[in-house]
Amino acid sequence: MMNRKTLLALLFAPLLLAVPAQAALRVFACEPEWGALAQELGGNLVDVSVATSALQDPHQIQAKPSLIARARNADLVVCTGAELELGWLPVLLQQSGNAKVQPGQSGNFAAADFVRKLDVPGQLDRSQGDVHAAGNPHIQTDPRNIAQVATALGARLAQVDAAHASEYAQRLKDFSQRWQQAIVRWTTQAAPLRGAAVVSQHKAFVYLYDWLGMKEVAVLEPKPGVEPTASHLQEVLASLKSVPVRMTLYSAYQDSKPAEWLSRNANVPAVKIPFTVGGTEAAKDLFSLFDDTLARLLAAGVKK
Amino acid sequence: MRASYEARLQAMEQRLLAAERGSAPAAVAAAPTAAETSAPVAAPAAASPVAAASGGGANAFNPAMSLILAGGYTRTSQDPAGYNITGFQLPTGTSAGPGARGFSLAESELGLAANIDPWLRGVANIALHPDDTVSVEEAFVQTTSLNNGLSLKAGRFLSGVGYLNSQHAHTWDFVDNPLAYQAFLGTQYGDDGVQLRWLAPTDQYIEFGAELGRGRSFPGSDTGRNGAGMSALTLHTGGDVGDSHNWRAGLSLLTAQAADQGLTTTDPSGGNVINSAFTGTTRVWLLDGVWKWAPNGNATRTNFKLQGEYLQSTRSGSLVYDPGNAKLAGDYRSEQSGWYLQGIYQFMPRWHVGLRTERLNPGTTDYAINTVSLTGSGYQPGKNSLMFDFNPSEFSRLRLQLAQDKSREGLTDHQVFLQYQMSLGAHGAHSY
Repeated sequence: MMNRKTLLALLFAPLLLAVPAQAALRVFACEPEWGALAQELGGNLVDVSVATSALQDPHQIQAKPSLIARARNADLVVCTGAELELGWLPVLLQQSGNAKVQPGQSGNFAAADFVRKLDVPGQLDRSQGDVHAAGNPHIQTDPRNIAQVATALGARLAQVDAAHASEYAQRLKDFSQRWQQAIVRWTTQAAPLRGAAVVSQHKAFVYLYDWLGMKEVAVLEPKPGVEPTASHLQEVLASLKSVPVRMTLYSAYQDSKPAEWLSRNANVPAVKIPFTVGGTEAAKDLFSLFDDTLARLLAAGVKK
Repeated sequence: MRASYEARLQAMEQRLLAAERGSAPAAVAAAPTAAETSAPVAAPAAASPVAAASGGGANAFNPAMSLILAGGYTRTSQDPAGYNITGFQLPTGTSAGPGARGFSLAESELGLAANIDPWLRGVANIALHPDDTVSVEEAFVQTTSLNNGLSLKAGRFLSGVGYLNSQHAHTWDFVDNPLAYQAFLGTQYGDDGVQLRWLAPTDQYIEFGAELGRGRSFPGSDTGRNGAGMSALTLHTGGDVGDSHNWRAGLSLLTAQAADQGLTTTDPSGGNVINSAFTGTTRVWLLDGVWKWAPNGNATRTNFKLQGEYLQSTRSGSLVYDPGNAKLAGDYRSEQSGWYLQGIYQFMPRWHVGLRTERLNPGTTDYAINTVSLTGSGYQPGKNSLMFDFNPSEFSRLRLQLAQDKSREGLTDHQVFLQYQMSLGAHGAHSY
C-alpha cells in the first residue's frame, strides 16, 4: 500500500525532472538580434531563448503560454524597449511571477536605453499613427548601435552572473574588436549607397539610412503601423515622378505586395531586407545579417 | 568582486576605443553607458524631450490612463424587456440578453494602472454605465516582487476561471458573452477577495490558481458571514505546436454560497414571471480551450482563433417559491450545462469574420414540493451569431453582429448589433 508521501513524490516527480539541471544563465531575448548578441557575448555560459522570429512583426506578438513559461524561468530578459514590445511584454512580465526580470531590476535589459534614438516625436498624438514616444525602436539596423548595446549587455551579463564576469569581459572584448573591424569593412563597401534616395515600406530603417547616408523620400505606410492603402500608393507613385529613387526597402516579416506594386509601376526595385537574424537564408548571425543587408542594397542600388 | 571590476574596466576600455574611432552615436551614448556600468538599473540618462515635456513635476508619476468608449445600435425582433432563458433561473436584475433596442451608449471604461512601489502594482477599472451609474469593475493590487512563479492579487478582480471570464468586454470577439456565461456566471464573474497564482518552473506552461472571495455576485450572494462565500481553483496549460500554432486549455471550479438570492424565471406554460429565492451552494465546472493559428506566427496579415468552453453548474440547497406571498419552501437541486464554440478569422489586415454557436442543456432539476409549479419542458436554448469587424487601427473597431437567439422557447429573436469600440490613452497590453 502506497503511503501519502510516496504518492506526493510521484505526483511532483515530473516537475523535478523538468527543472533544467544546467547552471547556464537563462537569457530570454525578445527579438532574434538580441538573442544572437547574447549568444556572442555569453557563449556557452548562457542558454538563450528567442521569443520571436524574423518572420514575425515584433509590434504584434501575443503573450502566448509558451512565452509566459519562458519568462518565468529567465534570469535576464533582453529586449529592444522604446515601447516596441508594449503590446505584449508587460503582460508576459506580469504573469511570469519572476521578480528578477521586472522593469527596473538588473534582469531586465532594454537595448534602446543605450543608443541615441532618432525620430523622437515632438508631439504625441495617435492621429500620427502608431508612434513611439521614445523614438524609433528599430535600432538594430545600424551596426554602430549594436556595438553600444554590446558594451552595455556585456557589462549586464557580468553583473547578473558575477561568477563569470571576467569571461564575459573577455568575450565582449573579442566581439567588439571583430565588430569594429566589420563596421569599417561594411562602411567602405557601402560607399556607393551614400546619398541614395529610397522608399521604405515601414519606417523601420532610419538608423540604417543614418549610418549609410541614404535618404528616405517616401514611406508606403500612410502612417506608422497603418497598412499601405491604394490611394496612398498612388500619391507615392506621383511624388516619385519628380524625385527618382533607387529602390524600395521592406522587412522580411512584411507583405511584399506594396513594394512589388511600386516596383511594377515605377520600375523601382523592391529589396527585401532581413531586418534581423533569420530574415533571409544568408542572415545566420549578426555578421552575416549586415553582410546580406549590404549585398542586397548594393545589388539593387548601384546600377547607374 | 574582482572579476566584476575587471569586467567594468574592460567595458570602459571598450567604450573609450569606440569613442576614439569618432563614431558619433558612441560618444552620445557614453553617458548612459557609464550609468550602466556604475548603476546598471538607472534610467537612461539621455531622456527624450517628450519624456521631459510630459513628465514635469508632480504629474511625472501619474498612472497610465486609458478610456474605452463604446456604443451602438441594436435591433431585435422580440422585445428585450421580457428576456429570459427558458428553464434557467437568472438572478433578478440580470444584465443577460441583448440589452436596449435602438441607439445606446455601452459601458465606458476608465482604466488606471501603475506600480505602487518596488513590490506592488495597482490597477483600477471604473465602469461608467449608460444609465449614469458608476461601478467599480476591478480595483486590485498585485505583487510584482514574489519569486518562484508566484503572484498574489487582492481587491476586486475578474475571476481567472475559464477563458473568457477574465477578459474585459472591449476585448471580446462578439458584442455579448455566451449564453452559458449569462446563465451560470451572471455574464462575467468578478468578486472581492484574494487570488494566488503559481506558474510551474517547466518549459510547458502550467499555471495553478486559487481564489477566495466574498461571493458578492451571482451565482453567489452576500451571505453576511465571516468566512469566504466563494472559492475557485484553476488549472491552465498551453504551448506551441511548431511556429504557426499555439494553444491553451484549462479546467476550473468555482464554488459560491448564496442566501435568499432573488431569481427570476418564466412560467413554462403561460410566460408569467416567477420569482423565487435560492439558498445554498453552487458549483460551476469550466472546461476551456483556445487554439490560435497564424502563418509563421505572424498574425499581422491573417490569423485564426478557435475557442470553446463547456460549463456545468450544480446548485443544491433550498428554494422558496413565492406566488402571492405563499412562500413555499422546498429542497432544490439542479444540474445544468452549456457550451459555445467560436471561430474568428482575420482574412486580411484589419478585417475579421466570426461565427459562434452555442447551446444550453436544462439537465435535471429536483424541485421537491415545488415540482408542479416549476418543472420545465426540457427545452434546449441555443443561439447562433455571425460577426464582422473592421479595425481602422489597433485602437478602434467597428462591428456588425447578426444573431438568431432561441433562448426563449417558441420564440426566435433575430438580432442586429452595430457597435463601435475605441480605446484612448495608454496602450493596453492584451493577455492571450
